Amino acid sequence: MTATNITIAQSDLPLSPNMRGKVGMWCLIIAESAIFSIFVVAYLYYAGKSVTGPTPSQVLHVPYLMSVCLFSSSLTILLAEKSLRRGNVKRFGLYWFLTIALGVIFLIGTVREWHRLIYHEGLTISTNLFGTTYYSLVGLHALHVTIGATGLTIILLLALFGAVRQEHSERINVFGMYWHFVDAIWLVVLSVVYFIAR
Amino acid sequence: MADALPWVISRERESSRPFVEVLHDWIVTVDHKRLGLMYFTYGILFLVIGGVEASIMRAQLAVANNHLISPQTFNRMFTMHGTTMIFFAAMPIVFGFANYFVPLMIGARDMAFPRLNAWGFWMSALGGIVLYFSFIGGFGLYGAGEAPDVGWFAYAPLTSSAFSVGHSTDYWIVGLLISGFGSIATALNVMTTILCMRCPGMKLSRMPLLVWMNSVMAALVLVAIGPLTAAQLMLLVDRYLGGHFFDTQAGGSAVIWMHFFWIFGHPEVYILVLPAFAIVSEVIPVFSRKPIFGYSIMVAATVSIGFISLSVWAHHLFTIGMTSYVNTFFVASTAVIAVPTGIKIFNWVATMWGGKIIFKVAMMFCIAFLCQFLIAGLTGIMLAMAPFDWQLGNSYFVVAHFHYVILGAIVFAVFAGTYYWYPKVTGRMLNETLGRWHFWLFLIGFHLTFDFMHIPGLLGMPRRIYTYEASRGWEFWNLIVSSGVVFQILGVLMWVINVVRSYFKGDIAGGDPWDAWTLEWSTGSPPPEYNYAEIPVVRSRRPLWDLKHPEDPDWKYE
Repeated sequence: MTATNITIAQSDLPLSPNMRGKVGMWCLIIAESAIFSIFVVAYLYYAGKSVTGPTPSQVLHVPYLMSVCLFSSSLTILLAEKSLRRGNVKRFGLYWFLTIALGVIFLIGTVREWHRLIYHEGLTISTNLFGTTYYSLVGLHALHVTIGATGLTIILLLALFGAVRQEHSERINVFGMYWHFVDAIWLVVLSVVYFIAR
Repeated sequence: MADALPWVISRERESSRPFVEVLHDWIVTVDHKRLGLMYFTYGILFLVIGGVEASIMRAQLAVANNHLISPQTFNRMFTMHGTTMIFFAAMPIVFGFANYFVPLMIGARDMAFPRLNAWGFWMSALGGIVLYFSFIGGFGLYGAGEAPDVGWFAYAPLTSSAFSVGHSTDYWIVGLLISGFGSIATALNVMTTILCMRCPGMKLSRMPLLVWMNSVMAALVLVAIGPLTAAQLMLLVDRYLGGHFFDTQAGGSAVIWMHFFWIFGHPEVYILVLPAFAIVSEVIPVFSRKPIFGYSIMVAATVSIGFISLSVWAHHLFTIGMTSYVNTFFVASTAVIAVPTGIKIFNWVATMWGGKIIFKVAMMFCIAFLCQFLIAGLTGIMLAMAPFDWQLGNSYFVVAHFHYVILGAIVFAVFAGTYYWYPKVTGRMLNETLGRWHFWLFLIGFHLTFDFMHIPGLLGMPRRIYTYEASRGWEFWNLIVSSGVVFQILGVLMWVINVVRSYFKGDIAGGDPWDAWTLEWSTGSPPPEYNYAEIPVVRSRRPLWDLKHPEDPDWKYE
């Protein structure tokens, strides 16, 4: 096009191509929230509708320790991002590793809880409606933590090989958004499963 | 302005290369135009398959007491027809248009995430293959299978492992699950492209309406596919892990499947129809030689349709016995959606009003769209009234209504789009004479089938019955309905012949055969791989008008 005498700065548009990672991640978060919201609705709708035991109040204990771990991993990932933005790759790697460790502790907590429920309380996914909805919702979240932790680990390996540098800070932030989302979802799952629908 | 030269060169280059190499290029491509074409072609392929299934059903129902196919086969046909048409014909076609034209119209060189774009397409393709694999692999290694037969909305408890033995329902679930991931990826991509990749000066308030409507489509995909995915995951848990989500004997609920499905299902209608509106909103102004009437109101109406469409789903559930309060809410919300939709129809008519209308085939399809969509909307309002729905829910009246929307509006708009943009995509014009044959044959076929389909519905013929007795007074109407299919097939055949023939023999189109105003017409036909040698700068809603009429540009008035 011959538009030589027209000068309009790129900046008159609020979002630029280098923000597409963030926007795309927001879209993914919206789509994922839609999936989770249906599982949450199902959990709440079926709360107390099981025809046989065990009930949530008999077998569930609030997982304080693993929740604290997961929530603090949102903080460590922020610190990691900050370190990378300032070019301190070593410190980035350290905080990043800490984030993974906290995520893994959370997953171990889930495994222990499920082991206790299955082997000691006799609650499986097919026992009653509570089991069906509980394992589905908590399991879907745990799946997201697993995916997130896997992604984090891949990035850590890349960082160990020196492939993560300061200029990747924007992209790392985009991945961080996903991790924050996973944490935020846990806030919802925690309140619904362990407090609201006891 | 570009001429036909790049096209001739690229075609010669294509034909001189070995077939395998060209095929390889298409398979590994991340170019939004090629992926758009692949989406479109894939959708048309499934449109034909779904059409064959519909024809088989109509042949069975043409006369009373027919035994052409078994009841079991009939169940499979309507299940596969519905599933195929919605998920593997309509959605890929819609995504194809979005993929091809959104980046071009906003002056971008590609989508925001080209590789994710390819991933989305191949996921959708895989989903369709998985669904159709059920025909041969439904029982595992026996080599003989059966297609899903639970209906396209697969109501519980028919889908439970007790009633749906074998794996046909699983193929239905997994196929849709996979294509759903692909849809989410594509919607995310379209949304990000629109938000981040616009050329300088392309403010939101200057975007072509096609782009606006596709952005609302993408937003709806993002929020509506999730519920379907979730519901299908639950169904898988029920079928494979012994869960009780939809198991009424263990306290579960069959009704909640209906809610979850239609929370997806009704926005889905708007996911499909908004891109149809998008095409019409581009074609009508160009062939009326007037800018669109009420641009900002059109945008507002589109966005409000997007919001309202999320709150109407339970009008599909009036007949299951909800409380009067719930019924009242969904009657009201469904009726309210007629307001923004009506605004759109008035705006399209007002665009034509006083314009210099050019009756090219693309425009004829748009005018047919307007009339048919109006009627579809009117029967929609009738069905939105709960007492009326109690009488006619699940009858052929409903079938006629939603086919009026999907065929009468969406398919007609898609055909309009192909006549309008074929020159841009291939560099050659579609033949107008063949196009008129296509239009009239398809129009006659459509009206024979779907006008008269309302009547057996009013006479009490339920949907999904595989045959009926002669004494019901339905035979005459069903025969007319089935005879329309012949005309529709002939019409589509004309279109296919036209598309193939024009590819080799059509008139050379040049960059801008319609004297249009949006950016895609400013580059070559077909556009080069990079779309624009120089990223365009726009100052109004009709950048090409500004370019052609420097003495009287639009931006002076906007």
